[in-house]
Amino acid sequence: MSAEQGRKLAIIAALWAALILAPLWMPLVGGYTALGTRVLVLGLAAMSVNFLLGFTGVLSFGHAAWFGLGAYGCGLLLKFVALSTPLGILAGTLLGGILGGLLGALIVRRRGVYFAMVTIAFGQVFYYIAFQWSSLTGGDDGLRPFYRQPLHLGFTTIDILQNSTAFYYFVLFCFAGAAAAMAFILRSPFGRTMIAIRENERRARFLGIPIELHIWIAFTLSCFFMAFAGSLYALVNNFADPRGLHYSQSGDFVMMAVMGGMRNFWGPLLGAVVFVVLQDYVSSITINWQIYIGLLFVLVVLFFPRGLLGFIQQRRRA
Amino acid sequence: MTQLLLFNITNGLIIGAFYVLMAIGLSLILNLSNVINFAHGGFLVIGGYLAYTLEPYIGFWGALIAAPFLTAILGVAVERFLISRVYGRDPLYSLLLTFGLAFIFEEGTRMIWGAQGKPFTIPAFLAQPLSNELFFLTGYRLFMVAVVALVMATLFSFLRFTRIGIRIRAGTLDLETVAGLGINVRALRTLNFGVGIFLAGLSGVLAGGQLGLEPTMGAGLLMPSFVAIIVGGVGSLGGTLVGGLLIGVASGVTAVFFPAASEAVIYVLMAVVLLIRPRGLFGEEGMLT
Repeated sequence: MSAEQGRKLAIIAALWAALILAPLWMPLVGGYTALGTRVLVLGLAAMSVNFLLGFTGVLSFGHAAWFGLGAYGCGLLLKFVALSTPLGILAGTLLGGILGGLLGALIVRRRGVYFAMVTIAFGQVFYYIAFQWSSLTGGDDGLRPFYRQPLHLGFTTIDILQNSTAFYYFVLFCFAGAAAAMAFILRSPFGRTMIAIRENERRARFLGIPIELHIWIAFTLSCFFMAFAGSLYALVNNFADPRGLHYSQSGDFVMMAVMGGMRNFWGPLLGAVVFVVLQDYVSSITINWQIYIGLLFVLVVLFFPRGLLGFIQQRRRA
Repeated sequence: MTQLLLFNITNGLIIGAFYVLMAIGLSLILNLSNVINFAHGGFLVIGGYLAYTLEPYIGFWGALIAAPFLTAILGVAVERFLISRVYGRDPLYSLLLTFGLAFIFEEGTRMIWGAQGKPFTIPAFLAQPLSNELFFLTGYRLFMVAVVALVMATLFSFLRFTRIGIRIRAGTLDLETVAGLGINVRALRTLNFGVGIFLAGLSGVLAGGQLGLEPTMGAGLLMPSFVAIIVGGVGSLGGTLVGGLLIGVASGVTAVFFPAASEAVIYVLMAVVLLIRPRGLFGEEGMLT
């Protein structure tokens, strides 16, 4: 094992240790467990956006739609159909993933700026539906009441509703599963092909790779991951609301990915940590917090376009 | 029923004309600079509020001219100092940059002028309905359409007959060649951006007279403009014009039969266009794809 590999392994071990021990150390630095849970879920969403943006090189600016659909799918099932957390997650993931895949087939015909525009516009459709169809979705007030249900594992029952630490570990378990699936896909021949498309689409096309099909599959997979994160988000809040589908939410996710570092698998998670903590802090001290978030966008684009991890790597090399 | 339908079609055309004004500005910037200007709605709001502030001193007509010019000056400054820095980089960065600017403009408007809506008074003779039969046709609505028509005619002649206009169109097709011919592309882009923002500011003043002013009004008008561009076809200003009118009428007619879907219908229209003709109605294959 080379020194580089050893260092990488050590960093990943430290990351998982930090995540597993979070309920112990977070209160010491002024955090709380629920904040940790939110960071994990939004981090997973940012990683799903980056699955497409960072590894296929395709910019979707409407991914909040699939995130929000996941949340509504999960909430609607819990409210109207069955009192089961796993079924809720399944329903949300399927709803967002399948709709994403269907519309994706239309969207992947375009590229570049045009692709971004089409994804934004299609994302807004679901925002308006959630907003207008108030008999089903609760409209502007959001979908409630529904509650995440205790997990029945046969031999024991885990109460993730009352016990916030237990819920954190449940979300961490889901997060680990999704992250492992993403890493597995990226290491497969399919994942390598995605990176080939990102690096040089024309060359990949000349090698006989069906580009549209690959981008569509990557888009659909990313929608499924996104909807999975959205389902978890509904469980975090026991609430789903149209703003979760809005394009400004998509912008936040893209920002997390860029701020953390989009060429790195874990970058978006770091971005989500910084973004959520900053937003939490700034919105607690001023009502005009939006202007600071806007400034953050401008500053990151102008001075840290490679994100925090990219910046650190560059400094180390120099 | 007929009158209701007529009312909604006319209404749709008027709203469509309004989308056109906004979308053409966006389209100009997108074509020459390859930037999706998310802050376009923010500039619109600033235009409207500037007119509100200026109106007591220079009157409605003065504000109608001056506010868009001031907005365009702000636009030129933003382009020079911020947006021009991300030209040539991945479109991701210009998107995020203008997205952040949109936040700053909206919140800035709220800090300066307050979160409460403001009325923007229009001359009394424009506010009256033309007749009892056609109660929905106020003079102001016709005035809006006339202004849009005049501005469009001026813009298209400018692009068709003046040297700078021809350079802008040439730059849309092949910027490298235009630069190679010794034309200052940087200045051209700045000017073009200013023209686009002027149109946004003008939209803001006109919208203020019809709907009143609110800090969030720009964001709501941005999405239909995107759809207008996509339906019409990226790269074609004429397409944007048709696209804007088309989605205006489509949402007007839907409002008669199924009011709840009047906002969603334009996206359905977009999906149909993308399915049948991915490049958009008047888009050329190979443009910006």
